[in-house]
Amino acid sequence: MDATAVKTGTEGKIWGGDNEPLKASYGKMMMWFFILSDALTFSGFLAAYGFSRFKFVNQWPIADEVFTHFPFLHGVDAPMYYVALMTFILIFSSVTMVLAVDAGHHMKKNKVIWYMFFTIIGGVIFVGSQAWEWSNFISGEFGAVETKGGKILQFVNAEGEQVALESFAASLPNDRTRLTRNEALWYESESSMPDYDLAEVVEGFKANPDLLVRTQILTESGEKTILSREASLAKLENDAVGVVQGANLVHNEYGPPLFADFFFFITGFHGFHVFSGVIINIIIFINVILGTYERRGSYEMVEKVGLYWHFVDLVWVFVFTFFYLV
Amino acid sequence: MAHETSNHGSATKRIWTVFAILSVVTIVEVILGIVRPEFLVETHLFRMHLLNWVFIVLTLYKAYYITWAFMHMEHETKGLRRAVVWTGIFLVCYLIFILLTEGDYIFDVYHDGYISWDF
Repeated sequence: MDATAVKTGTEGKIWGGDNEPLKASYGKMMMWFFILSDALTFSGFLAAYGFSRFKFVNQWPIADEVFTHFPFLHGVDAPMYYVALMTFILIFSSVTMVLAVDAGHHMKKNKVIWYMFFTIIGGVIFVGSQAWEWSNFISGEFGAVETKGGKILQFVNAEGEQVALESFAASLPNDRTRLTRNEALWYESESSMPDYDLAEVVEGFKANPDLLVRTQILTESGEKTILSREASLAKLENDAVGVVQGANLVHNEYGPPLFADFFFFITGFHGFHVFSGVIINIIIFINVILGTYERRGSYEMVEKVGLYWHFVDLVWVFVFTFFYLV
Repeated sequence: MAHETSNHGSATKRIWTVFAILSVVTIVEVILGIVRPEFLVETHLFRMHLLNWVFIVLTLYKAYYITWAFMHMEHETKGLRRAVVWTGIFLVCYLIFILLTEGDYIFDVYHDGYISWDF
């Protein structure tokens, strides 16, 4: 780091400022402690997720039923395959990063450039994949009905497979329009309306005798409870208040809204880290191409950004486990 | 630079070995997650089924390799290693203990109380 340091004239003395008791440069050590504090932030998020999950342990959504999409395979039930692929992409970009660091130790500029290039590409693909996951999660798949108590009722056929609202909802005359700010009160509006209203869903349910309601309460074997036809009708008549399609911070067709909240916050915060990691990688990448580190005689900056990049991968390993597997 | 890399060949060999380990562990996790073997789901240990413990152990195993091999923690001095790793582990253990206990208590309140939450 001689390029920026100001000499004090006391080098070599114990308190001269060049002491490295941990044998790591100032920058690298501070990157480690930044990572430690960031790790605690993520731990806080994940532990809070655990708290909420334990609180609703008998009604938490089953990840295999929520994340079932794979690009270009519409309608195919592919639980977890896509997240697994994303995990691989991130691990592999970690490998190319550590190869870039290693090439830097040997002052091989061209190798550093190529490995960093592949790392950046991997990071971009990962962020894109996460955006795609989000859009699937937000738009939802089957749709559900929410009860007075904020619980979710989903619909299944006789085989126990989930059924989408659009496949059975009746079409009734309806003159409700989206509430905008110029209608009633200037500060009240809604962002979107569900495609069906509750009356249409209930009517369609009555017309299809083999449909049943599935609640969010889990049975002993970890599956969602399916009500009898009579209980289903009674539940819809007495408790249902509205239709939910997809998920946002307030409503979630898959189960407790907290699941969606934590999904958005944790994967969002992680995605933000990947994004900023890509940006920092690009900056260092440009510096490598310009020969900045060649002239400085050390590729330590690549090592530092590498530490950050591996940390992002490390966090994803935990997010993957606690969101998709456990 | 704090650590001295040995010759180029062995460093890259180590990287690819670790990549192989991480890949295999991830594949095993995904397979277990899709198959969900009966005996692992039905056996319980400390209020969680065994499968979850398997996932957690495998995750920590992966985390170890990422930190030690990819982040070169194995080449850092003992002091730096302990300052970073132990601080994290102590605080995380505390957080997990306190929050999960509390979450479990609130579940009991919801579940065994005289108020119905399912309406």
